Amino acid sequence: MLLIDCPWCGPREQSEFAYGGEAHIARPVDTGALSDEAWGDYVFMRTNPRGPHLEQWVHAYGCRRWFNVRRDTVTYRITAVYKPGEAPPGYGA
Amino acid sequence: MNRYSIWSLARNALSHHERWQAAWRSPEPRREYDVVIVGGGGHGLATAYYLAREHGITNVAVLEKDYIGGGNTGRNTTIVRSNYLWDEATHLYEHSLKLWEGLAQDLNYNLMFSQRGVMNLGHSLQDMRDIARRVSANRLNGVDAEMLDARQVKSMVPIINDSPNARYPILGASLQRRAGVARHDAVAWGYARGADARGVDVIQKCEVTGIRREGGRVVGVETTRGFIKAKKVGVVVAGNASVLGAMAGLRLPIESHPLQALVSEPIKPVLHTVVMSGAVHGYISQSDKGDLVIGAGIDAYTGYGQRGSFAIIEGTLAAIVELFPIFSRVRMNRQWAGTVDVCPDACPIIGLTPVKGLYFNCGWGTGGFKATPGSGWVFAHTIAQDRPHDLNAAFSIERFFTGRLIDEHGAAAVAH
Repeated sequence: MLLIDCPWCGPREQSEFAYGGEAHIARPVDTGALSDEAWGDYVFMRTNPRGPHLEQWVHAYGCRRWFNVRRDTVTYRITAVYKPGEAPPGYGA
Repeated sequence: MNRYSIWSLARNALSHHERWQAAWRSPEPRREYDVVIVGGGGHGLATAYYLAREHGITNVAVLEKDYIGGGNTGRNTTIVRSNYLWDEATHLYEHSLKLWEGLAQDLNYNLMFSQRGVMNLGHSLQDMRDIARRVSANRLNGVDAEMLDARQVKSMVPIINDSPNARYPILGASLQRRAGVARHDAVAWGYARGADARGVDVIQKCEVTGIRREGGRVVGVETTRGFIKAKKVGVVVAGNASVLGAMAGLRLPIESHPLQALVSEPIKPVLHTVVMSGAVHGYISQSDKGDLVIGAGIDAYTGYGQRGSFAIIEGTLAAIVELFPIFSRVRMNRQWAGTVDVCPDACPIIGLTPVKGLYFNCGWGTGGFKATPGSGWVFAHTIAQDRPHDLNAAFSIERFFTGRLIDEHGAAAVAH
């Protein structure tokens, strides 16, 4: 069971949260001109790394707000929590 | 290879079973192979076996980073069935089930394959409509399937809670009688022994750390035991598919999740079929040893840790006790997790890649064990002929660009 530090509510147990998958996948802008390959990549392809992973969580049974987490996918240890719009830690401002 | 038989058993009994031949050699890796298979699970070993047996390609190595069958092959709940919905998936899994039916004789290895039936329960009118649709689809595809009403379910499984006042009352079920269970370790061992006897090198403790390419073509693999040259490389590594994909510059539509299972202390025989319920999210069988084998669901988050959350187990056991109140005081002996490679449409990816000579077989997600023989069969064909078999042509990665997905969530999401 993870202890997740909601940036608005503080540390709460995992059962209050829902997982939202890989973070920082931006919807393509010029969708009319997008190739099938680019669409497929946006909709389906994921980095799925073994190690540090930037991912989205929502405090579903709390403040109901979204935020980002850096979590190691092998140890499950959470090493950073940051709000939407903020740069991932270690990636500059 | 010494054949196993009643005579070899008697002969070896005279020497106190101390002179059995090793089931496979443990050779040092050679510098070069025609085909290198990455991943010594059931699928990889089956691929090597059928490469040798069906295609005459014996200069083959299977590289396993740990010990064979120690990943998902030895962590699943051993269920074998073929009652999928769509034609493409049904044909693939049915081919696999047909191979299962003769596999123990083919491999000369006791797989403890037991066609004790798999029952999928329906708890609502919509469940029953879905079951009717699936059973009809199966029968049109030549797969044995039948519908049971609640009374038939109760007569087959007397310990089930058939109270109409249950939170999720049982209205009926689908039943595939040819489905069942097999001993998962034996499948890996049997294929390893069969492949080894045909000249395949099964190499354990040899982790692939890189895939070397030259001019868009694979030339070999970097391993913890040095570079191994290969004309063709087949990757079948389940939960680590994305990691191996990244080594070759491939992006895959796969996310790796922990999937848990648990077994109880052994009890007297009370359950002689496999019972699954998508609505309450649990499934259960009883092994020949007497322990209850219970499968849970995946954790929502991605994870390679081979550990899952307690909350998932709690939910699964609540479902099992709801269905079988008699099990409420059975103690669980062991609990574990594997890392499953989940595809968006709950179907595998088997085929060629943009890198010449490199083939991927992945995305089996929560339900790969049942497909072990069929997966190896079509993957061996794909590698040997450099084009997919008819049975896996629809399972190429291109389907995520064309949109021609094969949505088997109904057959695979809960029932593994």
